[in-house]
Amino acid sequence: MTARLHIDWTACDGRGLCVELLPEVLGRDPWGYPIPHTPGPIQVPENLIRHAEKAATLCPLLALRLQHPAHPPAAAA
Amino acid sequence: MTTSIDTDLLGATPPGPMPSRGGDLIADLAAAGLTGRGGAGFPAWRKATTALSGCEAVVIANGAEGEPLSRKDATLLLRNPHLVLDGLALTAEAVNATRAYVYVPAGPGADTITAALAQRRDRVSVAVVHAPDRFVAGEESAVIAAVEGRDALPRFRTRPAAMSGVDGRPTVVHNVETLAHIAMIARNGPSWFRRTGTQDEPGTFLATVSGSVAMPGVYEAPVGIPLDDLLAMAGAAPSVRSVLVGGYHGVWVPAGPAPLSRAGLAPYGGSPGAGIVHALPAGRCPLRFAAETTRYLAEQSAGKCGPCLNGLPAIAATMTALAAGRAEARRLDWLTGLVTGRGACHHPDGTVRFVRSTLTTFTAEVDAHRHGHCTTGVIA
Amino acid sequence: MSTDALWYLGRGSGVVTLVLFTASLVLGIGTRSGRPAPWLPRFAVTTLHRNASLLATVFLVLHVVLLLFDPYAQLTVVDTVLPFLAGYAPFWVGLGTLALDLLLALVVTSLLRQRIGHRTWRAVHWTAYAAWPISLVHALGSGSDAGTRWFLVLAGACAVAVAGALAWRLSASFSERDAVTPLEIHP
Repeated sequence: MTARLHIDWTACDGRGLCVELLPEVLGRDPWGYPIPHTPGPIQVPENLIRHAEKAATLCPLLALRLQHPAHPPAAAA
Repeated sequence: MTTSIDTDLLGATPPGPMPSRGGDLIADLAAAGLTGRGGAGFPAWRKATTALSGCEAVVIANGAEGEPLSRKDATLLLRNPHLVLDGLALTAEAVNATRAYVYVPAGPGADTITAALAQRRDRVSVAVVHAPDRFVAGEESAVIAAVEGRDALPRFRTRPAAMSGVDGRPTVVHNVETLAHIAMIARNGPSWFRRTGTQDEPGTFLATVSGSVAMPGVYEAPVGIPLDDLLAMAGAAPSVRSVLVGGYHGVWVPAGPAPLSRAGLAPYGGSPGAGIVHALPAGRCPLRFAAETTRYLAEQSAGKCGPCLNGLPAIAATMTALAAGRAEARRLDWLTGLVTGRGACHHPDGTVRFVRSTLTTFTAEVDAHRHGHCTTGVIA
Repeated sequence: MSTDALWYLGRGSGVVTLVLFTASLVLGIGTRSGRPAPWLPRFAVTTLHRNASLLATVFLVLHVVLLLFDPYAQLTVVDTVLPFLAGYAPFWVGLGTLALDLLLALVVTSLLRQRIGHRTWRAVHWTAYAAWPISLVHALGSGSDAGTRWFLVLAGACAVAVAGALAWRLSASFSERDAVTPLEIHP
């Protein structure tokens, strides 16, 4: 089971904490903003969810939301 | 501005009691298969169904039309304001809305709507909110922000507007043309709506045709109309080779029989979007056109999201250098990969779609420019 | 516990609080810079800042509770909340109360940061720059050790650390974001 990581791009300032905590998932673009290694929605594998949670808590701009598989995304509209 | 024959949407609808068949509007919309005409093409009935599950819903008619090549929303509001307001009122009642808004740039369109509102009495009162003159002002989250009284800028959302929009209420945002279709469906029924268009994408759509055409303007045409037929209606020059479909966020389609529908344009990576069709004049360099357009799109970034704020100017500069024969297309591949999917709205993705389509459509042109030639003349 | 033990522990925990407070402020400025420490990644600097602040809170609570039972300080429960009402050295003790209130506001808003949002949190967090000098003046004014050489050396070291961090904070090259070299535009 993977969790989905959302980045609020309007809040993100590219400080880089999330990239340190999730190097398996994220890298930094030339401007310092986090960029997933594989394009598309950011999926966090189960063994890294703890780190993703930590990244969401520590993000200085509160720009991360972790959507757990237990709470499926709301129906699209 | 010219209008085609067989106009339903653009003929004036008189004010007064709305002729309606009665019955379940949402079921009618589902049967009609109406999709949003603002660009995203989302099924209209699903927004209503989602919003219905909440309480105190809000309905917004989106007439922002930030895209400079589009005139169809402004034209519709001027010609047929009551049809749009009928659709707004019907949707508001169908989702038990308590508030309704028309979001429209200040000017003739807004004045027409205000005058039309004074002539009618809807159960749900309608307020007019002015849209700023900005490309991204029509993005759904920007529309909601504007109605909430804040800057009309796109915002980060994880829940759809139909669940949580204006002040957290379920919010249905429809393009004004979608609302006009809703009013027509309420009046004439779903099978009437399906009389034209394709099986999967029924009905008509409003197209704004511009560029190398004798009669630029807004045309109502069946979804799936061959591009050539629409160009012929507008009197396109026979020399036209490349047509930009879907506007500045759109794709290049060769002048020819490609059907203007989602399915028909999928091979080109595009969709009819908001119905923008721009015929590139034969003497115009596509790469320089693309460079100007990309620079405009970079300027129109709201600047809220880092990848868009930094990436679009880099893409525009590289596209300009490419048109001058001083850059490699490979660099644009890399830069477009850096902004894709990394923003609160579709602006970076739409820009990437246009840039990538330019690179794949005009490969030979890019090559010529790199060797100092341009098929349309000398390069700068 | 004898009153003497209370007294020494009360004073000692106050001094420890000041040191932790200083460390927290310096680490907080380091966090804000967005740069990693030479020996620590960014998230560790942030975590250390948080832990130093929470530890400072523990020692501050200890400091206040112990002195509440101290017969000389004559503190009442009211004095721990409302400043400048204490029976002994009301002004200097009042500054301590003020620092306590500010620290509690900082800790509570930080723990509730996800709920209250970044804007509100940041507005409150700016008061850290006021809380630190207030607590230093409180220590110098009402502390029984204020006159001793070891304490003056310690207070001086804290002041130097904060002054150095502040100078860095105000320097042009402070934030890593501002120092990002723009992507070379022409290929």
